Amino acid sequence: MSSARAIVAGHGTFAEGMLSAIEQITGRSDLFIGVTNRDLSAADVEQLMRDRLVTSGATVIFTDLPAGSCTMAARRIQREQPTLSVVTGVNLATLLDFAFHAEAGDVDAVEHAADKGRASLVVSGGPGGKGGPRGP
Amino acid sequence: MALDLYRIDDRLIHGQVVVGWGQPLDLGFIVLVDDEVASSDWEQELYRMGVPPDMDVYFDAVDSAAEKLSRYQDDDRRGLLLTGDIATMTRLVDAADGAISSVNVGGIHHRPGRTQRLRYVFLTPSEEAELRALADKGLEVSAQDVPSAKPVPLEEMLAGNGS
Repeated sequence: MSSARAIVAGHGTFAEGMLSAIEQITGRSDLFIGVTNRDLSAADVEQLMRDRLVTSGATVIFTDLPAGSCTMAARRIQREQPTLSVVTGVNLATLLDFAFHAEAGDVDAVEHAADKGRASLVVSGGPGGKGGPRGP
Repeated sequence: MALDLYRIDDRLIHGQVVVGWGQPLDLGFIVLVDDEVASSDWEQELYRMGVPPDMDVYFDAVDSAAEKLSRYQDDDRRGLLLTGDIATMTRLVDAADGAISSVNVGGIHHRPGRTQRLRYVFLTPSEEAELRALADKGLEVSAQDVPSAKPVPLEEMLAGNGS
């Protein structure tokens, strides 16, 4: 088993980019395993994810897009493994928070990370923006 | 015609379809034609979860899709019809009796026995014959994974080696 606690799965180099950023900021990219769906069928994405779960012992899957094939694959696996947590629409703030709270237990860490990710989306400035240099 | 695209894609509903095509086409609905999915509430719920709330998804077996096709085509909203393989699209084309004039090959991925033709298209000899048969019936058959890509005509697709 590796030290990984979660899989990060998405389109293109989404996972690779996220892991690179996590490593730069926290040095804890070892907590994550990246998976891409690029050029894979739905069945192959699911199999790849199953293989990574087995070899890593991860109990959480973070995916980039609710409609994505990684999310579909994760939910298919979750049907057989209800204790598996699946979080869709993740951003860097979500993953960084998980990295810092992974030792709290995966379920609590997942909820905390999802809250953090939602809260990190902020619009500033722009025509209807609030706050920021051009805000009211 | 409200159905803008008749697409063969073995991932069925996924990011390229919902976002890649959904946003530029301003899709109001997707028709997913698959006998297995049409008979499984769980599969339907899975695919519905991936679609934004303002987009409808209709699940049909081939026969019911053919029966409802004119209704889908007359819908005021723009729509996309999906099958997961060439055989299902061929059955639908035959059942629809001339009502479908073009087919988009959006993604058929690697499997033993298939040869890579494009980055996102792998075909067995019998699948290639099925696509040629669709063209012989007068349908325009081309490959295009995303709207910004150039459509690849059938013969160019079949002559490809994946590069």
